[in-house]
Amino acid sequence: MHVFTDPKNFDAYVSGFLWILKLTGASAVCALVLGVLLAAMRVSPVPVLRGFGAAWVNIFRNTPLTLVIFFCYFGLFVTLGLALSDDLFRNIYWLGVVGLSAYTAAFVCEAVRSGINTVPTGQAEAARAIGLSFAQTLRIVVLPQAARSVIAPFGSILIALCKNATIVGTIGLMESSTVMKDLINFNGDAVIPIFLVFAGTFAAVLIPTGYFFGWLANRLAVKR
Amino acid sequence: MSTSSVLYDHPGPRAKVRNAVLSVIFGVALLGLLYWIYTKFDQANQLEAWLWKPFAEPKTWTQFILPGLWATLKAAGVGMLLSLAFGIIFAVARLSDHWWISVPAGAIVEFFRAVPLLLMIFFVFYGLPYVIDQPVTAFWAVVIGLTLYNGSVLAEAFRAGIRSVPGGQSEAAYAIGMRKTQVMGIVLLPQAARAMLPIIVSQLVVLLKDTALGYIVAYPELLARGVNDLSANYGNIIAAAIVVAIIYIIINSLLTAFAGWLDRRSARRAFRIPKQTGPVVVADSTAGGA
Repeated sequence: MHVFTDPKNFDAYVSGFLWILKLTGASAVCALVLGVLLAAMRVSPVPVLRGFGAAWVNIFRNTPLTLVIFFCYFGLFVTLGLALSDDLFRNIYWLGVVGLSAYTAAFVCEAVRSGINTVPTGQAEAARAIGLSFAQTLRIVVLPQAARSVIAPFGSILIALCKNATIVGTIGLMESSTVMKDLINFNGDAVIPIFLVFAGTFAAVLIPTGYFFGWLANRLAVKR
Repeated sequence: MSTSSVLYDHPGPRAKVRNAVLSVIFGVALLGLLYWIYTKFDQANQLEAWLWKPFAEPKTWTQFILPGLWATLKAAGVGMLLSLAFGIIFAVARLSDHWWISVPAGAIVEFFRAVPLLLMIFFVFYGLPYVIDQPVTAFWAVVIGLTLYNGSVLAEAFRAGIRSVPGGQSEAAYAIGMRKTQVMGIVLLPQAARAMLPIIVSQLVVLLKDTALGYIVAYPELLARGVNDLSANYGNIIAAAIVVAIIYIIINSLLTAFAGWLDRRSARRAFRIPKQTGPVVVADSTAGGA
């Protein structure tokens, strides 16, 4: 473990995972907002909005994230000149957040839509029959039930987002996978410990997260 | 559409007028957005004919895009076969009666599902050569990474599938004197595989998209050849990225449609996969694995 006792390497390791955390946090918030908006569009009675939501989902769900991130850097920044910060790494970070959010929002949208689909039609019909307005039906009857069935998919999406954040390393952010690559290249005698530390950090955080969301989803599941 | 019936009544005359008005408003707003993007592209001179002209030349396709596409499909194909094998072996191992088989198998599956694919590809490509004392080609780095990751996801899918086969099936098989291996191989696995077919095909979409990571270790797949190398020659990075994205979208949409068709077909069968309990993530394709 001599690699990680060197403070320089240890700092690189910590800052690599801090970038992953920051990418995951910012993208999760943006993707959640954008995804819920897209889902609202996809289930709206207005055909134009439905079309827009469907197009977004089909484009981003079927394009590799690597290509999306690549486009954000070389397309938006280098070619179209869209700079989001003057600082080199800040700029890459925000471009990465844009790509991750646009991509993840497509999956959030589909999760919300299928969550709404799990609510039986009878629930809304009964709500209308007792005289609730559209807003009341949505707020008191449909959304609370939909929200519970969305927890498990949201957990998977969050975990996938955290792992996907490493792909921002491909446009030059010193996040954990790029740090690991550099450490391996400088310490050929300790490649297995290095991999185990980096992979183990991800596993130690993400496996409990998976079990937590599974437990929460089960606990809050609507009994039908 | 089932969604609208939960949320909305059938539109009456007033709602129809309102929806039409909203359609026009949002339609105009959307056109405005498209026009804004158009002017941005125009200002950056991204719409000039020379940027798109390379796609009319056969050389672009025969030298860049088609070889890239072939490399992508090759890595995805080999990766799929290997991860299917990995998935079946580890699903069966995890269901083993012997704890010294099931516990390590479970740990391996959980571990590889939680580790980012890029980290594994980097380890295999840059780290493994130090351990085995010979270089690893980019192709195998990508394929090994894809196999470990997608194989683990498939192992969980298979396990859920095997467990969802009605209990009477294995009881009946034991009753007519089959051994454990026979019950698994002849009775449980074939039924599970058939029920899991839609999930397996949608995992193929994830796997195909993940091959794009090969670009990072210089494996000449579609993103590396069609966008990176092509635009290095013609200076048309946005045009190239759009064309390649369309190719990915077409292939993956076809696969998704195929998975949906399989799903509707298997919906007519006797049993379906129930909702998973325990940790989340079985259908990786709905969560956005790269």
